Amino acid sequence: MSVRVGVVTFPGSLDDRDAARAVHIAGGQAVALWHGDDDLRNVDAVILPGGFSYGDYLRCGAIARFAPVMRTIIERASAGMPLLGICNGFQILCESQLLPGALTRNDSLHFICRDQRLRIENTSSAWTSGFINGQEIVIPLKNGEGGYLADERTLDALEAEGRVVARYLEVNPNGSRRDIAGITNERGNVVGLMPHPEHAVESLTGPSIDGIPFFTSVLKSLVSP
Amino acid sequence: MARVVVDVMLRPEILDPQGRAVEGSLRRLGLTGVTDVRQGKQFIIDLDGVIEGERLELLETLAAELLSNPVIEDYKLRVIEDRV
Repeated sequence: MSVRVGVVTFPGSLDDRDAARAVHIAGGQAVALWHGDDDLRNVDAVILPGGFSYGDYLRCGAIARFAPVMRTIIERASAGMPLLGICNGFQILCESQLLPGALTRNDSLHFICRDQRLRIENTSSAWTSGFINGQEIVIPLKNGEGGYLADERTLDALEAEGRVVARYLEVNPNGSRRDIAGITNERGNVVGLMPHPEHAVESLTGPSIDGIPFFTSVLKSLVSP
Repeated sequence: MARVVVDVMLRPEILDPQGRAVEGSLRRLGLTGVTDVRQGKQFIIDLDGVIEGERLELLETLAAELLSNPVIEDYKLRVIEDRV
């Protein structure tokens, strides 16, 4: 039986279909989850996709954090369920305090959309075990509020504990501290990522297929933990 | 009737690119002597009844956890009583 990966749709989510497709291409079964339900439909992992949940009102991710589905997700993730937040999903994870820090307006004030080179620096998380440490990948990045911010002590701890999952190479597109593009929690089951691996799973539409290992990693980690 | 006003500002050490853009515009439009501009949010909440005890505590909690993000923002909450 294939692994069930839930993809949450909030009002204003954009990339839920692409995330579900990426799960399918990786060999998993994508399960649609609705923001207003607290039932996770027996999924083994969850993806919070990109977009503009609740219109980005108040702060990006601030209202989604209190959606009924998030109560169950936060509970399950705290018990070890793999959880990936992409872009707006990363913002929701920070607002939920499942990950430290915050994502703020790009320092340029411009919405950035580009194919971004990254270096994978953590290959022990549930979502990155399929990469080789130091592997460079190119996947799309598109955000207006992607500047990763945390106090120096938190940043030092993230670095010391190897919790920086991915770092921007060549260009820092949004003013993120220490070029951080993605981080994980202490346990390695929760990952937040500003760029979009789900848009890089097919050569027809993506700049590469470098995004696939994020999705195959979690399937493998659930089959043979 | 009562009114609660919550002001939310980015913490002083957090870069405020929007404030900086506004600062540039003020200068271009001829305002001299501008040393800094910070942009924030104000929430005006009108409520029935009196604001005290548990309801005030809940308002403080919501201002800290929903209306502001303690990682990057500070808030100030004021209760304005007896609004006509």
